[in-house]
Amino acid sequence: MAKKFRIEIAADECKGCYRCLAVCPKKLIARGKELNIQGYFAVTVAEPGNCIGCGSCFYQCPEPGAITIYEEE
Amino acid sequence: MAYNKRLLLKGNEAAVYGALLAGCDCYFGYPITPASEIAQAAALLFPKLNRTFVQAESEIGAINMVIGCAAAGRRTMTASSGLGISLKQEGMSYLAAYEMPAVIVDVMRGGPGLGNIGPEQSDYFQVVKGGGHGSYRCLVFTPNSVQEMCDMVYQAFPMAEKYRMPAYVLTDGVIGQMMESLELPEPVKYDYDPEWKMGRRVNGEANIISSIYMEYNDLEALNIRLQEKYALIQKTEQQVEEIAVDDAELVLVAYGISSRVAQGAVEILRAEGLKVGLIRPKMVFPFPQDSLKRAAEHVKGFLCCEHSAGQMIEDIRLTIECKRPVKLCNRMGGNLLTVADVCDAARKMLKEVK
Amino acid sequence: MSEKVKFGRSKVFFDTFHRRPGPIKKNMHYCPGCGHGILHKLVAEAIEHFGIQENTTPIAPVGCAVFAYYYFNVGSISVPHGRAPAVGTGAGRANPESYVISYQGDGDLAAIGFNEFLQAANRGEKMTVFFVNNSNYGMTGGQMAPTTLPGQKTTTSPYGRNPETEGYPTPVCEIVNSLTAPVYIERVALTTPGRVAAAKKAVYKGIQNLKERKGFSLIEVVAPCPINLKMSADQVNEFIEKQMLNYFPLGCLRDKTAELPEGKLPPPVIRDEESVREILFPKRNENAVAADFRNTSDIFDQELRVKIGGFGGQGVLSLGVMLANMARLRNFNVSWMPSYGPEQRGGAACCAVTVSRKAIPSPIIDRGGNLLIAMTQAAFDKYIGELREDGILIYDHTAVKLPELPAAMKTYGIDALDIAGNQLGNSKFANSVLIGALAAVLAKNGMNEADQADFSRAFAEAVEEKFGKKPGAVEANINAYNAGIAAMK
Repeated sequence: MAKKFRIEIAADECKGCYRCLAVCPKKLIARGKELNIQGYFAVTVAEPGNCIGCGSCFYQCPEPGAITIYEEE
Repeated sequence: MAYNKRLLLKGNEAAVYGALLAGCDCYFGYPITPASEIAQAAALLFPKLNRTFVQAESEIGAINMVIGCAAAGRRTMTASSGLGISLKQEGMSYLAAYEMPAVIVDVMRGGPGLGNIGPEQSDYFQVVKGGGHGSYRCLVFTPNSVQEMCDMVYQAFPMAEKYRMPAYVLTDGVIGQMMESLELPEPVKYDYDPEWKMGRRVNGEANIISSIYMEYNDLEALNIRLQEKYALIQKTEQQVEEIAVDDAELVLVAYGISSRVAQGAVEILRAEGLKVGLIRPKMVFPFPQDSLKRAAEHVKGFLCCEHSAGQMIEDIRLTIECKRPVKLCNRMGGNLLTVADVCDAARKMLKEVK
Repeated sequence: MSEKVKFGRSKVFFDTFHRRPGPIKKNMHYCPGCGHGILHKLVAEAIEHFGIQENTTPIAPVGCAVFAYYYFNVGSISVPHGRAPAVGTGAGRANPESYVISYQGDGDLAAIGFNEFLQAANRGEKMTVFFVNNSNYGMTGGQMAPTTLPGQKTTTSPYGRNPETEGYPTPVCEIVNSLTAPVYIERVALTTPGRVAAAKKAVYKGIQNLKERKGFSLIEVVAPCPINLKMSADQVNEFIEKQMLNYFPLGCLRDKTAELPEGKLPPPVIRDEESVREILFPKRNENAVAADFRNTSDIFDQELRVKIGGFGGQGVLSLGVMLANMARLRNFNVSWMPSYGPEQRGGAACCAVTVSRKAIPSPIIDRGGNLLIAMTQAAFDKYIGELREDGILIYDHTAVKLPELPAAMKTYGIDALDIAGNQLGNSKFANSVLIGALAAVLAKNGMNEADQADFSRAFAEAVEEKFGKKPGAVEANINAYNAGIAAMK
């Protein structure tokens, strides 16, 4: 059975640089429409469960905890 | 085993013995006349104890290596002279801000500019008044013999650690270059896990060392704390030698080689029946204010003997609040005051103030 | 069903950045899209991976990364601009068990601190340097950096960097690659996922090299600075790929790590008191006199002020040192002061030796001398005025022509160089001949018999101290000393 992954965005930690947008092979990440506490339009994930766990977005993101990718055990 | 601790050493070499016996682990330095024997002796002796000698690429490199070593919680020393000390001022300011101990030996030479390698005492301002940016002070020992070059370096480490600040050993080309008999002190061990050590963990959190305070109030608080520390040191740590001051009408004030010359002059003048004494600061920060203020109660004047255009003389005047005349007896450019020069100046001043 | 974190916040970071002032405690202070954050994550992850958090000490530069210590829970120091490799040298040498990282930007490393950086690289310090190259000075607002591209506009190159006057981008990796000591040099970029993966590999390698103490590693990271460059994420990636990489080609320039064994820690510092004594203190000479020994002749009760002048090579300075050592061995206080200044290199040599039972005030002899040893006419002319009228003059018979001198002055000529060179076969013995002559002269001037014998013993002890390890040297010098005594008798 294929491993399942889930992507989670800590919206208040996103600074809206959008480096993660283009690198997602599944195009799961989009610009959000709401300002976070830092005043940025944080990214959102429409279908977090479709994540394939490649980590590209995580390593593009300059913030330590804005993106977390979980793996089902 | 019976050892011979009574040696004949250059002042510069004695400084290295003082450092090693005090438990100094690392020496970082750049050669410069007339301080080079310190680097040379360190290069010879530190490795014998598996300790570190690094010939740094520059004075700036050296003082920053000292910063690194101090941050690692080890006793460390560097040495230079005049223009080299000018280059080190950046690092001195950081050491003061970090509140980290280190020992810096300054074997003064002639200035300004490249000057020459002759002895002067013209680093007083840059060493005693801060020297780099910011409101800070360093402890400043002023040895006037080879014995004191050793002893004061030895003493500088624990005092620098007690107050967590850099300590200078400020001397001149004569004291650095001449050889004298001395008695070496005993080796000491010290606590190798000091509280300021980088990476020391308290409740799982690693200690960091920084001198940047983004909040103005935080930086002001640091400055206030530093000034309180300096005031305490000024009050409690003065070190001075007084010779024939009690009944003196004229007091010579001199440190380093000038004080040796002045002492020779006092002996001659006393033999002539003239009431002349000597106040010799063994440290110039803290400045021997108590001694000078006491003397100001009864003397008719002070004669400051120094090999500069008159730097320490300003602190004498400030200390006694200009209550008595203070005159300067000086030579510059590498020329030394002679005992006769000081005697003549003292006789002349005694006539003027009577 | 449970979940584990596959990619997430490294444990090497503080969970909450409590050291960071202001309300934002989970984020770094860097601008949106900044390469520093990405590199911080890679470094933190590598430190965690290799399990060296406890002893890692990153040195924070002046520049955008000055606050790196807000984030990493490791021992750290923020240092003067450009000096991180020097501070790292000190920290690493002082504590060889630590793992030193120098984290620097363009200005810090390639401009104001280029010397400290290159010298540390050339010494092969055991540290890993992360060099963030983003083509401008970020913290101060986008000024020109050594890495700014030709034609690139910055706040201090408003017309574009002009290579005619401002030179070309500094190829840091290539320069370091001309040195012998560094073990690993690689340039990476933070653009596409593939590039970032390569960067991660390089960062891991740099941290592994630290752990294995392989030597100096340099990882140059071509990084985005979108805010100062006024670009979007895509634009800055394109700028790096299409422009920066022309000047800063990616790849590994050197990797010697596979062929190197794991580095060893240096031997521990010797601290125990008895070992320190044994290494630093000379062994006490069995023939040494007791601490309360005093020579009994009256001449030793005064302060003796001796001036020795000649030219370099005659052993003037070492003659003075030998006399000073003899006096020290007999419990006198002694000062030896060399001629000091340009004179030192100009051929003339002179020293002053003061011997006293009391503390010696001025070690400078400018008048009131008791003894002058003049090896040249110039030295005689220069220093005779300092000698007391009843002083003792020992002079080179051939070199010095004596004028009329005060009647009370005692003068003794000797041809020490001739005796040493012609009779003893080596002019370097002239010193010992002169000390022998001095012994004879002192014997004629009040040194009693006991002290005459002791003077010779003190000489033998001083020579033994100096030449004890050279076969034959002690005997040869004593022989010369005896020749001096004989010549003066």
